[in-house]
Amino acid sequence: MIDYVWLVPAFPLVAFILILFFGRSLKERSAWLGVLFMLASFVVALAALIQRLGVEQVEPVNFEWLSFGHVVITMGYELTPLNALMLFIVSLVSLLVHIYARGYMAGDERIHVFYMYLALFTFSMLGLVLSPNLLQLYIFWELVGVCSFLLIGFYFYKPEAKQAAKKAFIMTRIGDVGLFAAIILLFWQVGSFEFAEIFAAVENNQLSPGFITVTALLIFWAAVGKSGQFPLHSWLPDAMEGPTPVSALIHAATMVAAGVYLVAALFPLFGASPLALDVVAYVGAFTAIFAATIGLVQNDIKRVLAYSTVSQLGYMMLALGAAGYVAGVFHLYTHAFFKAMLFLAAGSVIHAVHTQDIRQMGGLYQAGLKVTGILFLIGCLAIAGIPPFAGFFSKEEILLTAWQAGRPGVFLVALLTAFITALYMFRLFFMVFGGKPRGGKGPIQEAPAVMTWPMIVLAVLTVIGGFVHTHWTGTFLGDWLKTGPAPTYGLEATSAAWILILALLVSLAGIGLAYWIYIRQPGRAEGWATTFSGPYRVLLNKYYVDEAYQVTLVRGLSGLSVLLAWIDRYIIDGLVRLAAWVPTAVGQLGARMQNGQVQRYGVTVFIGLVVIILAVVLSGGMVQ
Amino acid sequence: MIPVSWYLGLAALLFCLGLYGALTKRNTVIVLICIELMLNATNINLVAFSKLGLYPDIAGQVFTVFSITVAAAEVAVGIAILLAFYRNRRTVNIDEANVLKR
Repeated sequence: MIDYVWLVPAFPLVAFILILFFGRSLKERSAWLGVLFMLASFVVALAALIQRLGVEQVEPVNFEWLSFGHVVITMGYELTPLNALMLFIVSLVSLLVHIYARGYMAGDERIHVFYMYLALFTFSMLGLVLSPNLLQLYIFWELVGVCSFLLIGFYFYKPEAKQAAKKAFIMTRIGDVGLFAAIILLFWQVGSFEFAEIFAAVENNQLSPGFITVTALLIFWAAVGKSGQFPLHSWLPDAMEGPTPVSALIHAATMVAAGVYLVAALFPLFGASPLALDVVAYVGAFTAIFAATIGLVQNDIKRVLAYSTVSQLGYMMLALGAAGYVAGVFHLYTHAFFKAMLFLAAGSVIHAVHTQDIRQMGGLYQAGLKVTGILFLIGCLAIAGIPPFAGFFSKEEILLTAWQAGRPGVFLVALLTAFITALYMFRLFFMVFGGKPRGGKGPIQEAPAVMTWPMIVLAVLTVIGGFVHTHWTGTFLGDWLKTGPAPTYGLEATSAAWILILALLVSLAGIGLAYWIYIRQPGRAEGWATTFSGPYRVLLNKYYVDEAYQVTLVRGLSGLSVLLAWIDRYIIDGLVRLAAWVPTAVGQLGARMQNGQVQRYGVTVFIGLVVIILAVVLSGGMVQ
Repeated sequence: MIPVSWYLGLAALLFCLGLYGALTKRNTVIVLICIELMLNATNINLVAFSKLGLYPDIAGQVFTVFSITVAAAEVAVGIAILLAFYRNRRTVNIDEANVLKR
């Protein structure tokens, strides 16, 4: 199946084209069309992954796309372990979201449009992870951005959705400029877009250390935009205006992980620059704790999950920055499953109670959402890092890496973040599912099977998915990831019991605190919110980051644009109008002489004659 | 014998009179007459040079006859245009003949 791995992105593309042409007549049936093609895609991806496990090396496939002069630009695909793993994650989550959305979006007028966008997104994301060169990656990188824009703005009649879509697109574009600049710089120095040749150039010391640092930081800037890292994080929570299946697929499991994937895929470049690694680690650590603290006080179920996503992506960056290639990719893998499941469960809750405000929920487990409740609990346990759920192993791996890379500061921040994560996730769980039902609205219906089964599949993976890489049963995933073609894979963490126990204690403390505040002493949280109203307000308003951008960047740019508009209108346009005015004026002057007075013409001729004669006479015959 | 400069002086005088009249008079008939004056000034010059020039030749006089013939034809055409103009505009003032202006 490795030879046919190009079929993985091809199937969603075909689905996209079919729905594009026949969507209007297919309507709801386009959902099953999408599911069918996704299933085919997933089967190929799974087969390719299984086959890739037993193969030492797979040659990349390239064909010529453009050639000018002696430069040949190729397109193709490559199946490194990282790519194979990403293909599996993306196609699986996409398949499950396709199925889930059949229930969640049922009855929507534009369901075929939704599935069309979803198929296009899946195609772009799969193409992105298969790309063997930066140019092709950049094309798909922008395509997923467009799909994200389209899907966030799916409910375009809501002004918030429209604003959020615009914000997401513009903020990720700000990041993408960095990638574009880095691609140009690398092509200038290396003369190729291929990952393999760039890594070879790095290894042969062909590039100066300063140059490597600059390009690595530019690439990281793109990852910051796509993965919602500080300071470009604020689009991701707003992106929750999109339909919930989209949040699960794009803004939790796949597209936002593309930034992490980018850093991982270009890891040899980052590994060659200690400064770039420092920046990645510190930005990741800061984002992790920054977003986690905001998540503590938000009241929208999807926004809490969104800040949790930002925080967890920060965790992955932190791991990569601490040279923990395996830890970062491992967390990306486990996070994709449990966060997608949490979002789908949140979608199921919203589907049932028709609100996103957790203050209006409560007691939903007893009220009837039993399956969703249990699944949500599994997700919360996983993200909080409780064994044997997947999140425990990946979080432990990150903590080990951070400590053993000699970054105690980053390690402490990660530990604190783990505590806050457990606290806000269980705050969410207890406020939504815990306690007595609020009642009043009648019995609450559990979601249909088409929605629960995808969640159950993800839950199973959340439970068992972590065992591919543990320090007791074998670091199978890590060993396999390191068989890839890149020359360096950073640090290899070894087990340390005290870190493991510490992380577990911290998580349990977070859960215990959440239980104490929200179950044993209801009302305590509100009391604290009034006692510490200052910090509470700061957190509730997300550290006023959006407001700060509004005052500094937006206002500043508006001011600049007013100035530039003035220059354009009065100076540039003025010059253009002057250029137009001069011939007109000359023409009018000439036209005024054509007044039809034949005697005036005669006088003109006579004066002309006199002038010529005078010129000849006075110059003594010099002027002929 | 009258020196050639007298002929030339007379011709110049006639020419200037004609030019002045052609450029200043409003009546088209007068303008046509003035043009005739200018033509005749050149005829005088031609005749004078054919008799008293540096290389006297009969060609000057031949040209004069030729010029008079052409002038007669020209006046005929001019008066025809003038009549057509008069029929259309009920005027012979040359400054009103300005329909071709911008």
